Amino acid sequence: MDVLGNYKSAISARSTDKDILKKSQDGGIITTLFAYALEEGIIDGAIVAGPGDEPWKPEPMVVTTKAELLASAGTRYTISPNLSLIKEATRSYGLDRVGIVGTPCQIQAVRKAQLYPIGMRDVDDKIALALGIFCMENLSYQALEAIVEDHCNQKMESIKKMDIGKGKFTVYTERGAVSQMPLKLIHKYVQPGCNVCLDYVANLADISSGSVGSPDGWSTVFVRSTKGNAVWDGAIAAGCFETKPIDQVKPGLDLVTKLATEKITKNQKNVDARKTVGLKADGTPKGLRNPYESP
Amino acid sequence: MPGTTPGRRPEAKPAATQPQGKPAVKPSDVIVNEKVEVVQKEEKPVAEKITIGELHLSGCTGCLVTLADNYEGLFKLLDDYADLVYALTLVDVRHVPEMDVCLVEGSCCLNDKISVEELKEAREKSKVLVAYGGCAAYGNITRFCRGGQWNQPGQEAFVPISEVVDVDLYIPSCPPCPQEVRNVAVMAYLLLKGNEEQKNLATAYLTPLMQLAQRGNEACGCDLMYDVINQGLCMGCGTCAGTCPVRAVTMEYGKPNVNRDLCIKCGACYAQCPRSWFNFDVMNNYEGIMDAIKGAMQ
Ligand SMILES: Cc1cc2nc3c(=O)[nH]c(=O)nc-3n(C[C@H](O)[C@H](O)[C@H](O)COP(=O)(O)OP(=O)(O)OC[C@H]3O[C@@H](n4cnc5c(N)ncnc54)[C@H](O)[C@@H]3O)c2cc1C
Ligand code: SF4
Ligand code: SF4
Ligand code: SF4
Repeated sequence: MDVLGNYKSAISARSTDKDILKKSQDGGIITTLFAYALEEGIIDGAIVAGPGDEPWKPEPMVVTTKAELLASAGTRYTISPNLSLIKEATRSYGLDRVGIVGTPCQIQAVRKAQLYPIGMRDVDDKIALALGIFCMENLSYQALEAIVEDHCNQKMESIKKMDIGKGKFTVYTERGAVSQMPLKLIHKYVQPGCNVCLDYVANLADISSGSVGSPDGWSTVFVRSTKGNAVWDGAIAAGCFETKPIDQVKPGLDLVTKLATEKITKNQKNVDARKTVGLKADGTPKGLRNPYESP
Repeated sequence: MPGTTPGRRPEAKPAATQPQGKPAVKPSDVIVNEKVEVVQKEEKPVAEKITIGELHLSGCTGCLVTLADNYEGLFKLLDDYADLVYALTLVDVRHVPEMDVCLVEGSCCLNDKISVEELKEAREKSKVLVAYGGCAAYGNITRFCRGGQWNQPGQEAFVPISEVVDVDLYIPSCPPCPQEVRNVAVMAYLLLKGNEEQKNLATAYLTPLMQLAQRGNEACGCDLMYDVINQGLCMGCGTCAGTCPVRAVTMEYGKPNVNRDLCIKCGACYAQCPRSWFNFDVMNNYEGIMDAIKGAMQ
């Protein structure tokens, strides 16, 4: 079972840009790649999760400068509907080469918009760089608030960083406090749509990245498409990243494979279970809709 | 380059050769590295063109203009893949001819006998009948007609064409998207004139659009609630909001909110949503298919 998708190479990497590393979630892969692509004219702008009007609530944003990229670096563990700007980016913003970052499901949406551009006029050939971030699950803003304020007992506005790792959800406050809750308890807050998600490492991205598999402060990177490969090679040549072979870091790809397998197996079970949730008059099961079979 | 390059995985079966109708169940089902060629460089594809027509019913001509919005792409389509045998202003043919693919624009006015007759004739004379655009597929803005309008005040009953004839395939949205009708035209060409592999690819590609036609002829932004959120399938990607041509959909706290008074019932948001359908057999091969279509248009 090939849960990691197609890729040309897998690397452990970290940005060489100190300003980016100060703001980024992990190895600063996403922000650094966009900064490089902007500089090189590979993209004219990127759709990212910008700052919103409430603490830790992202707002999808089209950015065209490194300063804006820095302001939107780091993970917000709640939904940022980045696809809402994908046509807008080519129209109101007039971009011909669009970069976009997204969770695996959002990258799936990008590919569907390109292959079946039903309501996506003039978008398909303007997606210049689709970067994916690994994702186990996502939360509504209200769920994130419950986790931070009820479970971790901290105020949303006092949080400096949130992180998921080693089985814990951890928040770090501006004043140096650290609060944690076990990841297991998060499950009831996960948005329902994540329970049928069959992608962990953004298999359809040009390049995808996440922390899992690499040491703290480093990222695991999958270079996937021809386009992604060219951008990655360019960024390496330009000295944007320090790298290590993935088979020489701990815990390495084994952990990524393990988590991906766990996620996909669990969610495939959920998808299958939907087929027999209900009951028909004749005693046979009645199912819910399955998006992987038909609309 | 640093890092390891994993050995090429054993070549899986190309997505396109998956038996039709069997959904790709897992994202990992299909890994495809080879490209499906649409045209062999050496041979001239001209001899084997398909025929396409556009039947214009109660629509605004936006759908027809959309076809032309492919610019040089339209010429390429007409040079190599399809003869346009019927279309308002573009083709000087008065009577509905035989054709492989008939794109029907507009809803059907039941008070206009000619519309009903022409639609039935188009059904009879075409191999594939396409509801082209929101009006033909779902009624779209004509759903709101209530008659009493100059210069045909007696015309007030407008229905999606599937009320009158069987429809094979839907291309929703208002207006539809030039690249989508281009993709459907290329796929229809592969389906009708291609080799086995190309036929399989085309079938896999066209299947969800055919399933949409089976799903029904009522569309609304409410579908995002009924068939996505209510079903526990929405993950907040924002595609619906990005799609809506009248900006009736906004994202509030990560979920779509539909301004139902603004919605014109074009069906684009639901069709574009990755959780209305997501066919891994086609999507996993996105690079190859996009390259193939690009190649076909050069
Ligand atoms: C909900 C969620 C769950 C995740 N789960 C995992 C996991 O299980 N394992 C793992 O290894 N990694 C996971 N990640 C990814 C990880 O947290 C980092 O985002 C990733 O490693 C990129 O780090 P970076 O330093 O390279 O990126 P940065 O340079 O910090 O850039 C991150 C980019 O992502 C964008 N972004 C931030 N939040 C969101 C969001 N909610 N939606 C869309 N875009 C956003 C930012 O705007 C920025 O452009 C998850 C991310 C999210 C959003
Ligand atoms: S778990 Fe899947 S559906 Fe949920 S946010 Fe992550 S990628 Fe999207
Ligand atoms: S909400 Fe918008 S995209 Fe959806 S059916 Fe209505 S008009 Fe069309
Ligand atoms: S397009 Fe995305 S946000 Fe909209 S209904 Fe579908 S899954 Fe939800």
